[in-house]
Amino acid sequence: MINTIEKNIETQPSLNTEEMILNMGPQHPSTHGVLRLELLLEGEIVKKVTPHLGYLHRCFEKHAEVMTYPQVIPYTDRMDYLASMYNEFGYAITVEKLLDIKVPERVEYIRVIMGELQRIASHLVALGTYGADIGAMTPFLFCFRDREKILSLFELTCGARLLYNYIWVGGVSHDLHPDFIRLAKEFIHYFRPKVVELNDLLTNNKIFIERTANVGILPADVAINYGVTGPMLRGSGMKWDLRRNDPYSVYDKFDFNIPVGEGLMGTVGDSWDRYYVRILEMEESLKILEQALAQIPEGDVSSAIPKRVKPPVGEVYGRVENPRGELGYYIISDGSVNPFRVKVRAPSFVNLSVMNELCKGHMVADVVAILGSIDIVLGEVDR
Amino acid sequence: MKTSEEIYNLLKEKFNNKIIELTSAASVEPFIVVDPLIIHEVCFYLRDDNDLQFNSLMNLSGVDNANGEKKPEVDGSITISGGTLSVVYHLESTELKHKVILKVFTPRENPEVQSVSDVWRCADWHEREAYDLIGINFLNHPDLRRILMPYDWEAGHPLRKDYKNPEFYHGMKVPY
Repeated sequence: MINTIEKNIETQPSLNTEEMILNMGPQHPSTHGVLRLELLLEGEIVKKVTPHLGYLHRCFEKHAEVMTYPQVIPYTDRMDYLASMYNEFGYAITVEKLLDIKVPERVEYIRVIMGELQRIASHLVALGTYGADIGAMTPFLFCFRDREKILSLFELTCGARLLYNYIWVGGVSHDLHPDFIRLAKEFIHYFRPKVVELNDLLTNNKIFIERTANVGILPADVAINYGVTGPMLRGSGMKWDLRRNDPYSVYDKFDFNIPVGEGLMGTVGDSWDRYYVRILEMEESLKILEQALAQIPEGDVSSAIPKRVKPPVGEVYGRVENPRGELGYYIISDGSVNPFRVKVRAPSFVNLSVMNELCKGHMVADVVAILGSIDIVLGEVDR
Repeated sequence: MKTSEEIYNLLKEKFNNKIIELTSAASVEPFIVVDPLIIHEVCFYLRDDNDLQFNSLMNLSGVDNANGEKKPEVDGSITISGGTLSVVYHLESTELKHKVILKVFTPRENPEVQSVSDVWRCADWHEREAYDLIGINFLNHPDLRRILMPYDWEAGHPLRKDYKNPEFYHGMKVPY
């Protein structure tokens, strides 16, 4: 029997099958939201991926044009809902650039602390759901358990767990709670061993490595040409982080490393590298947090908040290193209280555009592994 | 590392009158205005020249300048005729650590700009977005379809300043 099959294969030089189109999504657990991928398959090999977006499109940019500058902040929360603090952070410093105001040192420190806590929280979701996509459910639960602790810190500060409206133009809405610094230090102490635990559980797991190493390799020059930023670009071995390369706020005062992908399990720029960069980044964020919590000065957090935000005629492009990459705001002011145009350069949107390049030639099952390693948030892709 | 002024002079030398002006005011980051039908060539030069090496397109945005003639309608909305739309390019060199901003202006009635999606692949989706939301037509774009709005949206381009919401979309009431 076996012999006849082998004979058959030999007599047919190529086993070309018909091309087939397969729809993945919009309701597919691995797309982390509503994204439809149109896969052009030949057998089980992916020849082309066409993402179809827009299922969550709310036209944030149109909303922003009829709001005053401070009223836009809650809308920015709802773009990248896993990193709301950082969206506000980016928007606030862009408008401050337009207004040409300087905020008190304490505010800058609070923003950095919130931003880095948010980065850890966001990476925890990215790593946990990535494990879940590939079939490891336990790390997902562990990650969410730890993320809850960060969300509780946010709740203590501003009353909200997900959508904060905390970082305002010129300041922050509330000063830190008297217990905050103690609890944040406790969290750092608690979280360090959890990273090791996650490494044991998932990072060095044989099955996980088999599924992710050498899958979806992204060379650095392709990444730059596609505008890919954040952990994805660093996973490709490029040392590029806006906190270091174009410092904003008080990031130039802290000592931290920029981890890059080294191809430890396969090739530089594969899915495992992108995953591991996020793990290392959480440790760097802990370092920044420790320094910021130790150095934070006293001061008034609301002294620089303008009574009325009415910037002069002009335009500005401000950018920050969001957990997913370069988050840019291009704001045009016509001198009124409403922005004339707000364009958001969303990191997920740009990172997702490289999907076709990554998936070509891989199996269908690898599409899930690649999509998870990009770490998209559909609220931000569609805005 | 070069300033916008040095880059402007270099471009002016190479493309002479197709590079229109360098604008810099106190509250505006300086930008270079380029002819929309030569932007592709200019971008190739900016990317590939050894002294410039603009290998990264940070952002590409379409803008409705709303500087035409505004006519109020009976229902309170406005219609704009004439004037310009523009596209703004924020470029950066990760090698030489400098940045520059380019702008093109195109007439509102027939907005045509050369696509730069083969210079930076990143521009592909940004240009689709500008086409979708503002209605700028990118020449030689490989796949100019709507990206955020439904493919069969017939009511125009929502980020135009005189956009009116349609009453129905496939028989469904829009302002529900």
